[in-house]
Amino acid sequence: MTITYPVLVNAVITGLLMGGFYAALSVGATVAFGLLDIVNIAHPTFAVIGAYTVLVLNRSFGIDPILAGLLLTPVFYGAGTTLFRVYYHFFERRGDEPMRGLAFFFGLMFIAEVVLIMLFGVDFRYVRAPYVTTTLNFGSIALPLRLAVPFAGSLVMLAALELFLKKSFVGHAIVAVAQDPFALKLVAVSPVRIKRIAFGIACASAALAGAFVIVIEPLQPAIGRDFIGRVFAICVFGGLGSLPGTLIAAISLGLIENLATIFIGASWSPAVAFGVLLATLAWRPSGLFGRG
Amino acid sequence: MSTWRFLAIAVGVAVAAFAVSAWLDLDYFFFAGYVILQYVVLAIAWNILGGYVGYMNLGVSAFFALGAYTTVALETALKLPLPATIPAAGVVAGVVGLGMGYLTLRFKGIFFAIATLAFAIVAETFITNWDYVGGSAGAFLLHSQRGPWFGSYIEYLFLLMLVLATLAVTVARGVERSWLGYGLTAIRDDEEAAEASGVPTLRLKLFATGLSGALMGMAGAPLPYYVSFLEPASAFNLSYAVTTIAMPMIGGTKTWLGPLIGALLLATVQQVAAVTMSSEINLLVVGVLLVGFVMFAPNGVVGWFRRG
Repeated sequence: MTITYPVLVNAVITGLLMGGFYAALSVGATVAFGLLDIVNIAHPTFAVIGAYTVLVLNRSFGIDPILAGLLLTPVFYGAGTTLFRVYYHFFERRGDEPMRGLAFFFGLMFIAEVVLIMLFGVDFRYVRAPYVTTTLNFGSIALPLRLAVPFAGSLVMLAALELFLKKSFVGHAIVAVAQDPFALKLVAVSPVRIKRIAFGIACASAALAGAFVIVIEPLQPAIGRDFIGRVFAICVFGGLGSLPGTLIAAISLGLIENLATIFIGASWSPAVAFGVLLATLAWRPSGLFGRG
Repeated sequence: MSTWRFLAIAVGVAVAAFAVSAWLDLDYFFFAGYVILQYVVLAIAWNILGGYVGYMNLGVSAFFALGAYTTVALETALKLPLPATIPAAGVVAGVVGLGMGYLTLRFKGIFFAIATLAFAIVAETFITNWDYVGGSAGAFLLHSQRGPWFGSYIEYLFLLMLVLATLAVTVARGVERSWLGYGLTAIRDDEEAAEASGVPTLRLKLFATGLSGALMGMAGAPLPYYVSFLEPASAFNLSYAVTTIAMPMIGGTKTWLGPLIGALLLATVQQVAAVTMSSEINLLVVGVLLVGFVMFAPNGVVGWFRRG
């Protein structure tokens, strides 16, 4: 296949836009993994749950998918804090087995998938919104809005989160809990409460990421699994817990994936994330922006 | 009890089990028994790394499916019979396990777990794109009605799986009671302390990963003949991984007895439930049991009878 200039440019644009979305999908996982030491492998599946809820809201009430995702964030926040209570009670408080926590989230992921299959079947589902089917064309360069809108939404979400972590008291406390939970106690802040809030926020981000998922591509219950490799490759490559690192890692992965698609073939793109993950672990395990 | 004596007893139990089932001579019994024994092998294999060392392999389906596809590839290329492809499947899956382990085991166990999960997707992509073994369309592996030695073909498959299960139990118990097992347990309890006191942690972890992967691959090797039609989506099904991990969690992860009990219990319940319930509910039960035991009974069924 000859690779023409427009093909290359379009691949770069698609990679860039998908990368922004990957960042939105990964940010919750990187907050939980990097700052709270909770490896929530069910995070992409939570986004899929969000996507199906968005689908129902969109189909029954005609609500715009991204608005629906935004409306869901408080619900997901509440669910996240409850889940953290359970996780804390059964795993973290015992302090012995991080592996059991992993098995817990693995089981949750599987249960969620099976329940989604029982409720919605395995058919691909779509949402209705004006921008889902529109593509802007600039000469030979195409800008599909189904990618551009989630990209913009992801950037706003990441910026808001970064501002929250850097400027607010609770945000500072979340960063601090990763570094020194004991010091937090000295200023009369409960580390457990801060972790609960942070995990709630991580889950809330999954609701919005879910809205982006269903705008970008047709939805199917097992789709979350395809994202696990990408999400954790981004977490590790970006340096756990760093938001700018997450964005850069996500966009790099989007670009590499899309360039691999035109140079090697689309069917190999799932292997790219795995390659990035292994390469990062081999050469720079602390990631791009890791604290080392 | 020495490993040899244990092997003699295990073989005795296996011969008795086979004698009873051959006397019953019900094809359904062989079909169900095959699956139960396959999970005995998978659960015991998983536990060698997951239970003894505490490193969680979430990509069980990949190792299992690689074993199955080794059989497909060798049958297509060389017409090798099953008793020859089973060891080959063990070698392939074991080497893959070693490779993955070499790249990820130097870090916290969490990275190994994530890498195995991501690896499952990559391996599936690889097989889906490899037309020689059927690609996404799948592969048919036809077998004769009769087994090569005696009885029906399914009886033959059942016998092979029984041999594998006996082997797996004996190997796991042997490892557990040797210096290897003590080293592995030391890593689980405190890896840094183990390393500091001279336990070759990386080498032991690699050994456990390779052995565990090899046994999983061997468990998958007869699958193409069992299902007759093998395609990537079903061979790499996540439910193999969830079911396999649930079994040691239910039985208990500290000894070989836990996964054995967990596999016998859960796989039998599943075989009975498969007749009465939809497959989704069946899978849901497995997921709920996994989460439930992890939360409420960290030492599994064995833990209820043993103190400490």
